Amino acid sequence: MALVLSEDAQLVRDQAMDFFREKSPILALRKLRDSNDADGFSRALWKEMADLGWAGFVVSEESGGSGFGMVGLGQVLEAAGRTLAASPLISTALIGASALDIAGTQAQKSAYLSGLLAGDVITALASDEGAHHAPDSVATIARADGDGFVLDGRKSFVLDGHVADLLIVSARTEGGITLFLVPTNAAGVTVQRRIMVDSRNAAIVTLAGVRVGANAVLGGVGGGAGLLDRLLDRARVGLAAEMLGSSCEAFERTVQYLKERKQFGVAIGTFQALKHRAAQMFAEIEVTRSAVLAALVAIDEGSTETPALASLAKAKANTTFNLTSSEGIQMHGGIGMTDEHEIGFFLKRSRVAEITFGSTGFHGDRYAALMGY
Amino acid sequence: MASLATFRVETRAWLDENCPPIMRTPAPADETVWGGRDPTWKFPEQKLWMDRMAAKGWTLPTCPKQYGGGGLSLEEAEILAEEMNALGCRSPLQGMGQTMLAPVLIEYGTEAQKQEHLPAVIKGEIRWCQGYSEPGAGSDLAGLQSRAVLQGDHFLVNGHKIWTSNAHYADKIFCLVRTDPTAKKHEGISFLLIDMAQPGVRARPIRLISGASVFCETFIENVQVPKDNLLGEINKGWTIAKRLLEHERKSIGGIGARQSQRADMPMQDIAKLHAGEAGGKIADPTVRQNVATFQMDAAAFQLTRKRAADEAEAGRPPGPMSAMFKYYATELNKRRYETILAAEGVQGMGWDGEDFKPDEIRWTREWLRSKANTIEGGTSEVQLNIIAKRVLGLPD
Repeated sequence: MALVLSEDAQLVRDQAMDFFREKSPILALRKLRDSNDADGFSRALWKEMADLGWAGFVVSEESGGSGFGMVGLGQVLEAAGRTLAASPLISTALIGASALDIAGTQAQKSAYLSGLLAGDVITALASDEGAHHAPDSVATIARADGDGFVLDGRKSFVLDGHVADLLIVSARTEGGITLFLVPTNAAGVTVQRRIMVDSRNAAIVTLAGVRVGANAVLGGVGGGAGLLDRLLDRARVGLAAEMLGSSCEAFERTVQYLKERKQFGVAIGTFQALKHRAAQMFAEIEVTRSAVLAALVAIDEGSTETPALASLAKAKANTTFNLTSSEGIQMHGGIGMTDEHEIGFFLKRSRVAEITFGSTGFHGDRYAALMGY
Repeated sequence: MASLATFRVETRAWLDENCPPIMRTPAPADETVWGGRDPTWKFPEQKLWMDRMAAKGWTLPTCPKQYGGGGLSLEEAEILAEEMNALGCRSPLQGMGQTMLAPVLIEYGTEAQKQEHLPAVIKGEIRWCQGYSEPGAGSDLAGLQSRAVLQGDHFLVNGHKIWTSNAHYADKIFCLVRTDPTAKKHEGISFLLIDMAQPGVRARPIRLISGASVFCETFIENVQVPKDNLLGEINKGWTIAKRLLEHERKSIGGIGARQSQRADMPMQDIAKLHAGEAGGKIADPTVRQNVATFQMDAAAFQLTRKRAADEAEAGRPPGPMSAMFKYYATELNKRRYETILAAEGVQGMGWDGEDFKPDEIRWTREWLRSKANTIEGGTSEVQLNIIAKRVLGLPD
């Protein structure tokens, strides 16, 4: 696997960078926050993204997508990360589209996929139940009932949950974990929006006696853990790509500030104490970029190394974004503490992204286990 | 591309036919082949393998054939390296002559200098060492004070070099000397090639914290060096010196890649042995987390080296990432040994004696040796300065 972007992928990257800079700068996120926007993202802009084909990058051509793949979607996500753009790219274009493409029955695809590709159907993965990412800890129960199931449980951190039309719910069944497609308007589903520090979308989803048919099962009954892991690996890598973009932007803004800000009669970028830390951040961003690209390529090639590379990419993105956002504040000094300055948005986003789909500790543990220690 | 595929097939066949079986086993450090006028051989296959590779010019694969090199393109050289790696072939010959001097000889040398020095490097006939640092010129290398005065057809050289790696085994030294003490410090330096087998040149090994003596102090007293041994123009040696440092950084930046091929117990196994094993995992959670963090950083760095190589192969312009290779590789190597030592506990604290296994003592010595990694070839702080200036454009 060559770690080089194809010319097509470069074109997508350039197009996406222009798109987000022009249509969704950080100011757009600020406006969504300050206006207490009910959706927390722009549906019109999401429609434009879908029109560009981004919702179908990981969907095969026979299912109506382009099959362009994860490397391509990774470029879009990295560009979105640069402007901290709020959108259902991860919840829907990545996780929902992958779920249906990988495991959806013909009927499930017919029901949801064309709407998803058009930007009309938004999906959300309802997996985590506690304060930490722990996909194996599932207390939500799906009890067999006639030819269907009845679901009961509580999901604590569902990205885009309150704007989703369709939930992908992990629940315990006989024989293991099963994934279910549950419409948000099904009887017994309650969605409560959470207001997060990064002004991005998340919700608590409660399932109380939610009745679904056997046709709601995604993949096989009892075989959901492997599928969930596969979807989560894609989500981890996609989010890592987004975080890489955010890291680059926070870092570049900080370096620019070091060149402009004068103290003691000179640019503060002349100070070695700051130069060295900036150079260290550069090095961390470079190795993170390699890990992210390797993981994106591994997914497209169906490599058996995908789980380890996904954990590597997410762990490196976690530490690098934490570093670049923290140093961004410190090196901007007092102005970085103000809400008016945009560097603070990166700090807030970094910590939410860090705990989403696995903290550094989670992925260190997983990497060690995958490597046999 | 078809010809590259053919080259790969033919190279593999040739290596398979010509590399002696023992030279396909992982090489302990004391079996490295250095060549030189008076080489030491542990077994005859070392010389056989060196001679066979040298005859093809593959001890310096990208050097033009007219000087005895392999005449390979970068892509072909990469294929050769990959195929050697796949068969587990040891490096046939190592030294500063190949990795550092040869590239600047090819770039700056006269035709006569190339004819004289390159074939000798390629055949392993001459072993070179590096005369850069001085007691008063470490990170501030351009502050060097060794003097060379042009007197007719020769320079008269007087100087004192330090940290000259393996100078006590070397045949010749490439040396930075001051030829104009009145010029600004970067503008009065010249690059001289000096034969060490003459009166007035003396190398004294320095005992290090690891107990080894790979570095020397080298004294040069009233030594006459032919004018023809000046590389490049007089007083213009700093440009060559910097270029050579780029090649040195590149070779040190590869430190992790070489290490991964070496015969050694994997770090996680060392940790299981000393920090306990439970259910297949390292029992001590802190040790386990440290091992994983190190392994992940090492993996991400390897992928970065691969990304740089892949971009070069795809004909993309070189990105800025190679500027951090030396810094990152050496900091990682120090962490490697810190992590191993922490996992070993008291077994990592041994100096000598039979209650410590040879491996344990070796790792302890390598831990001490690794501290030099971020000092030699430009300290980590100098590397970070270079990144800040050249890549990030931060002001002086």
